[in-house]
Amino acid sequence: MKRVYVNEKWCLGCHLCEYQCAFAGTNGKDMARSLKNIKINPKIKIEEKDGVSFAVSCRHCHEPLCVKGCITGAFSVSGGVITIDHNRCVSCYTCILSCPYGAISPSDDGAVQKCELCVKTIKGTPACVEGCPNGAIVFEERG
Amino acid sequence: MAVNFLYPDYEVARNYDRCISCRACERQCANKVHEYIEDLNKMVCDDAKCVDCHRCVSLCPTRALKIIESGNTYKKNLNWTGKTINELYRQASSGGVLLSSMGNPEDYPVYFDKILINASQVTNPSIDPLREPMETKVFLGTKPEDIERDEKGRIINNLPPQISLSMPVMFSAMSYGSISYNAHESLARAAEKLGILYNTGEGGLHEDFYRYGKNTIVQVASGRFGVHPEYLNSGVAIEIKMGQGAKPGIGGHLPGAKISVDVSRTRMIPEGSDAISPAPHHDIYSIEDLRQLVFSLKEATDYKKPVIVKIAAVHNVAAIASGIARSGADIIAIDGFRGGTGAAPTRMRDHVGIPIELALAGVDKRLRDEGIRGNVSLVVGGSIRSSADIVKAVALGADCVYIATAALLALGCHLCRSCQGGKCNWGIATQVPELVKRLNPEIGYKRLVNLMTAWQHEIKEMMGGMGINSIESLRGNRLMLRGVGLNEKELEILGIKHAGE
Repeated sequence: MKRVYVNEKWCLGCHLCEYQCAFAGTNGKDMARSLKNIKINPKIKIEEKDGVSFAVSCRHCHEPLCVKGCITGAFSVSGGVITIDHNRCVSCYTCILSCPYGAISPSDDGAVQKCELCVKTIKGTPACVEGCPNGAIVFEERG
Repeated sequence: MAVNFLYPDYEVARNYDRCISCRACERQCANKVHEYIEDLNKMVCDDAKCVDCHRCVSLCPTRALKIIESGNTYKKNLNWTGKTINELYRQASSGGVLLSSMGNPEDYPVYFDKILINASQVTNPSIDPLREPMETKVFLGTKPEDIERDEKGRIINNLPPQISLSMPVMFSAMSYGSISYNAHESLARAAEKLGILYNTGEGGLHEDFYRYGKNTIVQVASGRFGVHPEYLNSGVAIEIKMGQGAKPGIGGHLPGAKISVDVSRTRMIPEGSDAISPAPHHDIYSIEDLRQLVFSLKEATDYKKPVIVKIAAVHNVAAIASGIARSGADIIAIDGFRGGTGAAPTRMRDHVGIPIELALAGVDKRLRDEGIRGNVSLVVGGSIRSSADIVKAVALGADCVYIATAALLALGCHLCRSCQGGKCNWGIATQVPELVKRLNPEIGYKRLVNLMTAWQHEIKEMMGGMGINSIESLRGNRLMLRGVGLNEKELEILGIKHAGE
């Protein structure tokens, strides 16, 4: 299965992946219109310290603790991609506590949110990968 | 506070309807032009710091930015232009020599733009390069004058060492130090993929790049930085740099700030020390002296590698080239006055040297007249901007061209001409690690390969149009060229007829 991988060697810390992610979530056509005057809450986030930066998003683990821990069965795994059903999420945040990568966060609509590899939105190469100016985020099959 | 005489040249025009305050511009500007004002949730900028490199423009995800000329005008004066006045103010305040980089941007004639290429009609068939074989391969080096045979009549191989190129283009010298590790890696990998050569420049060869040796020209310049036997033997040719088109007659000065640990090791000089290349080679004051260096280098490499002598195009370039062709050199590289640089005194860059088109035509003619054209191959550089320039240069007599500015443009350079500042926002002309990483060689080398592949297609198209199926048949074929808007003298020097003749 193709996953999103990051290479901190090429990450510039420009944060454009976060904006591309937020924009993809809006299903809008024009980023300026979709994100104007909005404080974004992206599913991919840049971690940076002392000149090192890299993007963090859901790893789509083989043995996902978030899926195991979810008390309402809101998470499901389909073809390796872990997605969340917002209607079943009760915001208990068990998943947020159990994710070892810190890749799940509260969403603006009350439920939790995580990277779903853009399967529900643009349905192609994830927006963060497409939008990375330096090839630091890639979408590829690895062993 | 002293009065600041200078008004910013550029203005960052921000469309606030489109700006989403993502701060990408702020994070990407090494000149600190942009700033986010938190309580206003608004980006502001200090135009005075802008060098017009377009990094922010290119990375703005909503196309909210563009750079415009500030348009501040002095009272109109065709003698004392705004640029002249500003330069004078700058010197009056600093007391220093004006520095610039990249090629001469001034309004001198571009002869390539006044030369047109022929095509076949009716009486001689043009060739479709998509259907017919079309050869762009070239070999550079001294060509033997005679065919020698042994006692049984078999041909003796008396061919001196040659460079083989898939197309008549090489990446010209840019030192590690003046450009970044990632820029060098992009050039080396692209050269390998394309079957052409890149040039180390005068800064030695980083240990990581010895594996690209088959596609490397190693340079020996007046500073002799990083020159040792292994280095000389690592490439397929050695270039002696006598001069550079952007600054004929002077040496180089790489500021200590750019001598990082890696650069210092590669150049074999102390970290942080200025790398100063003398104006002349202190052991070369005549063609005979040059001959000694040519043969020293050949001796050091077992006579297996052609030696290139690179000179700037200056007034008596033809006579100089004639001397070089007799010095034992295999290839002469001539760099025109529009050639680029990582830093040069502005007055040198803008007022010294001659156009490459005239230098090339003059040198090729002189060598042919003297019957020594076969002694050397000719490589020309100094603002080859497109495949059409290459076709014209080859038809004027060049065996191959050198490109550097065009290659850097492919890597992201926007010709802001601020290389000397060392804060290249595109990760090219800088040694600052966080800026260098902006140029990912994986992306860079592919862009170079794309550019060269596109140019090769275009060269084949133009050759096919002329009914020529091998670039060797185009070399020196000046009948394929016509001038437009050139006077008799210019046509005479270029050795071409006027359009309509």
